[in-house]
Amino acid sequence: MNFYQFSSPATFYSFAGRIAPWFAAAAAVLAIVGLWIGFAVAPTDFQQGEAYRIIFIHVAAAWMSMFIYLVMAFWGMLALAFNTRLSAMMAQALAPTGALMTFIALWTGALWGRPTWGTYWAWDARMTSELILLFLYFGIMALRSAIDDPRRADRACALLTIVGAVNIPIIYFSVQWWNTLHQGASVSLSAAPKMASIMLLGMLVMTFAAWFYTIAVALWRVRAIILERERGSGWISGMQGIAA
Amino acid sequence: MTGALALSDNETPFGVGAALRWAVVRDLRLALRSRAELGVQLLFYVIVVSLFPLASSPDRTLLATMGPGVIWVAALLASLLSLPRLFASDFTDGTLEQIALSPFPLPALVSGKILAHWLTTGLPIVVLAPMLGLQYGLDAEISGIVMLALLIGTPILSLLGAIGAALTLGVRGGGSLLALLVLPLYVPVLIFGAGAADAVRAGLSVSAHLSLLTSGLLIALVGAPLATATAVRIALD
Repeated sequence: MNFYQFSSPATFYSFAGRIAPWFAAAAAVLAIVGLWIGFAVAPTDFQQGEAYRIIFIHVAAAWMSMFIYLVMAFWGMLALAFNTRLSAMMAQALAPTGALMTFIALWTGALWGRPTWGTYWAWDARMTSELILLFLYFGIMALRSAIDDPRRADRACALLTIVGAVNIPIIYFSVQWWNTLHQGASVSLSAAPKMASIMLLGMLVMTFAAWFYTIAVALWRVRAIILERERGSGWISGMQGIAA
Repeated sequence: MTGALALSDNETPFGVGAALRWAVVRDLRLALRSRAELGVQLLFYVIVVSLFPLASSPDRTLLATMGPGVIWVAALLASLLSLPRLFASDFTDGTLEQIALSPFPLPALVSGKILAHWLTTGLPIVVLAPMLGLQYGLDAEISGIVMLALLIGTPILSLLGAIGAALTLGVRGGGSLLALLVLPLYVPVLIFGAGAADAVRAGLSVSAHLSLLTSGLLIALVGAPLATATAVRIALD
């Protein structure tokens, strides 16, 4: 199988349409399982009581918010290096979901912070970095909507995404750099997790749910972008039901 | 275009040094011909700093606490306000296109423009900082640290800002869009820059903040001219 054929919007359009429902279904099943583990199976935390259960949404959204940005930077690099249209479209399709995940992470973080720290918001490094990440997403979307020529918008947004990607390591290492109110990371690859394994399982399941949701939504959105951008091309006019 | 490219004997034609020197000299000359504009930008910086005590309170301990941060925020805003001067007029009259077409390396030409921008905006901000520190009752040590941090930090502002300025060339709603693009990128500079003065007041060593700031400057020095040159080419497409 030749993977390069999927870099053609015409081929990818139908491919994305075929696989997106599977990712959506997987996301729905995982979300149900994850929420069931989180709200019914996982035990009450001895320090934070029931309030900690928002972790199952908060952590998944926070991880995805950073991961989506890195994926956007990856597509941006491809778009700049090889001038491929589809990579830029993928980056464009991911931006709104990334902003949504960042917003959910901030919002649930505030709701979690109130009962446990006694404040909705603290100027802690990780929260601040997440807020900056939200601004970066908004900046990228605003830059795209301000440029009329889609090809110029593609490349400008790709460059901005890559420049902003410098911020991602700062977010990640901020916990080590500044020792402030935010609790240190409970999960790391090098050490054994400091939480009950059933809680960890729920969190991972929810993360995969968020991941598959992102893939499904991005694929559907990229299909819409392809239709919009390629509306003048022959393969779209030849399609049943779409031709207007 | 003002100024001609003069090559000395030991330089290769179309070298980085010649391009850098030409761009610095040209932009400095242009900036000094519109001195009023430069003055207005510096006045903006001074006025913003002067507004904060009026809005909060003239309490000296409070002012001494927030002084370095206020000076830094004002420096950020003044730098942001002056960014369109980097490329906008050259873009409008077509000079930028000629610059990009020249056989000289574009990142070097862009670096020269950024250096000239820093000399006309960043450097005056650094020099004025101790005077503004007096308004806030900062002692000499804190003022010195603020100045040193600004000296390392303001070039980063010019370097990062140049990327945003080039990206927003000829774009709808350029000014406020530029703020949205550039200010988030400025945040780490603000944290470490203003944090340096806080560290001194807390009796801690300032070297961590200044080292991080310097490493940021080195990264920006290497990366920003390349990114800006790419952004200029994107804008000219």
